[in-house]
Amino acid sequence: MKTAVITFPASNCDRDARMALEKVTGRPAQMIWHRESEIPSDVDFVVIPGGFSYGDYLRCGAMAARSPIVKDLVEKANKGLPVAGFCNGFQILTETGLLPGALLMNQGLNFVCKPQKLRITNGNTRFTSGYGSTQEVVYPIAHHEGNYYADDATLNKLEKEGRVLFKYVGNPNGSARDIAGICNKAGNVFGMMPHPERAVDPLHGGTDGLNFFKSIIESI
Amino acid sequence: MAKAIEITPEIVAEHGLTPEEYQIILDRLGRAPNMNELGIFSVMWSEHCSYKSSRRHLGKFLTKGPRVIQGPGENAGVIDIDDGDAIIFKMESHNHPSYIEPYQGAATGVGGIMRDVFTMGARPIALMNALRFGEPTHSKTKTLVSGVIAGIGGYGNCVGVPTVGGETNFHKGYNGNILVNAMCVGLARADKVFYSAAKGVGNPIFYVGSKTGRDGIHGATMASAEFDDDSEEKRPTVQVGDPFTEKLLIEACMELMATDAIIAIQDMGAAGLTSSSVEMADKGGVGIELNLDDVPQREEGMTAYEMMLSESQERMLMVIQPGKEQLAFDIFHKWELDVAQIGVTTDTGRLVLNHKGDVVCDIPISPLADDAPNYDRPHVPTDKRDEVKAETIALTDLNAALKTMIGSPDLASRRWIWEQYDRHVMADTVDSSQSGGDAAIVRIHGKNKAVAITTDVTPRYCYADPHEGGKQCVAETWRNLTCVGADPIAITDCLNFGNPERPEIMGQFVGCVEGMNEACRALDYPVVSGNVSLYNETNGQAIPPTPAVGGVGLIPDLQHFATLAGAKEGDALILIGETTGWIGSSIYLREVGGSEDGAPPPVDLALEKLNGDYVRQLIRARRVHAAHDCSDGGLLIAATEMAMSSGIGLQIDRPAGNMALSGWYFGEDQARYLLAVDENSVNPILSTADGKGIKASRIGTFKGGRMTSNDGLDLALSDIRAIYEAWFPALMES
Repeated sequence: MKTAVITFPASNCDRDARMALEKVTGRPAQMIWHRESEIPSDVDFVVIPGGFSYGDYLRCGAMAARSPIVKDLVEKANKGLPVAGFCNGFQILTETGLLPGALLMNQGLNFVCKPQKLRITNGNTRFTSGYGSTQEVVYPIAHHEGNYYADDATLNKLEKEGRVLFKYVGNPNGSARDIAGICNKAGNVFGMMPHPERAVDPLHGGTDGLNFFKSIIESI
Repeated sequence: MAKAIEITPEIVAEHGLTPEEYQIILDRLGRAPNMNELGIFSVMWSEHCSYKSSRRHLGKFLTKGPRVIQGPGENAGVIDIDDGDAIIFKMESHNHPSYIEPYQGAATGVGGIMRDVFTMGARPIALMNALRFGEPTHSKTKTLVSGVIAGIGGYGNCVGVPTVGGETNFHKGYNGNILVNAMCVGLARADKVFYSAAKGVGNPIFYVGSKTGRDGIHGATMASAEFDDDSEEKRPTVQVGDPFTEKLLIEACMELMATDAIIAIQDMGAAGLTSSSVEMADKGGVGIELNLDDVPQREEGMTAYEMMLSESQERMLMVIQPGKEQLAFDIFHKWELDVAQIGVTTDTGRLVLNHKGDVVCDIPISPLADDAPNYDRPHVPTDKRDEVKAETIALTDLNAALKTMIGSPDLASRRWIWEQYDRHVMADTVDSSQSGGDAAIVRIHGKNKAVAITTDVTPRYCYADPHEGGKQCVAETWRNLTCVGADPIAITDCLNFGNPERPEIMGQFVGCVEGMNEACRALDYPVVSGNVSLYNETNGQAIPPTPAVGGVGLIPDLQHFATLAGAKEGDALILIGETTGWIGSSIYLREVGGSEDGAPPPVDLALEKLNGDYVRQLIRARRVHAAHDCSDGGLLIAATEMAMSSGIGLQIDRPAGNMALSGWYFGEDQARYLLAVDENSVNPILSTADGKGIKASRIGTFKGGRMTSNDGLDLALSDIRAIYEAWFPALMES
């Protein structure tokens, strides 16, 4: 089992992601610099961390989605490599087209940071199976552009195909249909605005995120 | 090249220099300075850089202690937190720019204080702030609040350093001058602290970071025609922050600092390239020669004057070990930052600047620092006020009073603010504004210990009695750190006052500093860094004296700490400390009594130490489920905050006695704490307190969902919370 985290200029949750992966796997996570051109072939799971890649200039995630490393990531994800993006990572995944939709400015127009209650809407996936009968979790959120948008046809399709994995309980940002986290059709690429990697420690954000990582790691 | 300009008395005055100060320059140089040289003297001798009004008073502060590695005089203070770890911290003001352009002013304030900390080799791990705005109804307040908060969040969130706490007051005294004080706390290895003293001769000087532009150039009043015939005008503007570059700068500096390539390093803050190069040379006793053609420039045709006085953000200056130039270039190129070798150290003791083939400045460095004015400005003490007796202040309806108080501008929830700050990034925030506790708690990465951090000052006390107010602000931060179970170690301060040339303002300054120093000495709690911000006044109306204090303490073992939350159903509420019912200068008197009169509560420093040490001992012994100090709003506000934080109601039993109700519930006597403890712990805690000569009593029980008391208080906690949470959003949405 080998995990990796991609670091872009001004990624800032890369350390949070690495700590979470190391806690769950008991092994070091590999840090991959954005200028590298290839995800090592022995990597089993990649996290795209939160932050402000390339300063969020142009549009959140837009430049990262066009970086050399992400080009290779997209190819490997299309062949089945498990990938999860949190916060800015989710924005990047939508910019690559691996996940549908886009993240707009929060409806309240302000940055919002708080513990956020989420409902697990599909517990039968590689990212959620470890939650068993648990239906609600709390992960921290911290974002300015987290308002999930997609057209109705896309939203209908996502819901019909069970690809909405988490919904907000008390929508903090105006996301369509309270959607917090979604996966691709094949079920190996997942993105969400909340931070499960900041919920793996009783002293910091609680431990509700542990089962997220256990789920995907055990599925590999 | 700029044409030679004759230095007239008007030009001297426009540079903020007095005729006497200019005469010193003439004497030291033996000739008239050119414009570049005049500009450099003027910024180095400005109040901001030279502390000319405050220096002799700051020298009185306790600045040493067993844990102090570096006191005032460097970019930030450094303290030892065991195991080879050091904490580097400082607080700084960005008041004037924030009033003119709140978003960028506040953002660059955060950026600047972070650079002060990572310049010394520390990775920033926490941000705090202390903010003062005008009265809520003032026409500018809402815009300023929303801009400042967005600016602080926008910068810190992007760089990825959690903003974990702070304080915000509203008062009409700040209508024309808001205060934005930002504090940064960083973590370093004690044997890898970097200093600013340049050393050696012929060592390369590197410039790294953003390009230099024409922003923030001093001398805004100077007409361009007098300076340069060229049509390109000086465009002094408020500096614009780029947190993306700051993040890259932090990572690049951390990477270079892990090598042995850096001899000295200094960020370019106020007065930019001038103060950074002069301070490095002066501290190291060397000279510096710069080639300004090599400075990365954002605009064409910049003059030497503009480059030396620009305050463009996100720039650093460093002296590199000869032979390590390529290593430095490689690291900065990896992070895609502008980098250039712009000069060398020399043995001349002079600052020499070359530009376009000319020597545009050649002056000795030592007078810039050594001969800076050091004024003993006249000061008159503030008149003492009479006490206000609580018996004269009615309290008839406790329910109405609590509702008014908890929904008042200075006591209502700050959720609207702190939800805009990323408090969790870096994954080591144990406690933050979220729980409303007395101090934030940030874990030392990968270890079982933490730093506790707080900012505090009570300006209404400082205004009423600068000396007692000065004691109080230091004591309250010490108390805040104690409440989470930390050993208070040291403080940074940000001394915000009006015009020091007015004796009554200077009297406030001297009174506050003396009071603060008295508290520092009594509590073994030295000052290790700080900043002075004077001239905070508009149309002759000065701000209330506001010496903001940032305190840092150590929690050696994360098994033993307390927060505001944590009271359990059935817990007893214990009051430590004596209640005399001191109502003068209290929030109750202001919000309910409609008066800002009265002497502020006296601070008995021996009692502070006695009571605080006992509370810390109880927390360390794990006898305390939750702790809070009694400060703004007094006992009932503190108790209500504990109840709201734990989600459990409280039955308060006021002991029999004839003290006025207003004084008992809302008086602001100092050195007091509230503790939530297990029923079984009550007797041992009270009897030990008795043995130590500490006043302690049981005054209530946590239970149910209502706040009640034997004086008729009876409100649902949820109703109180609704009022508490409603004030700020209502202000911002109004």
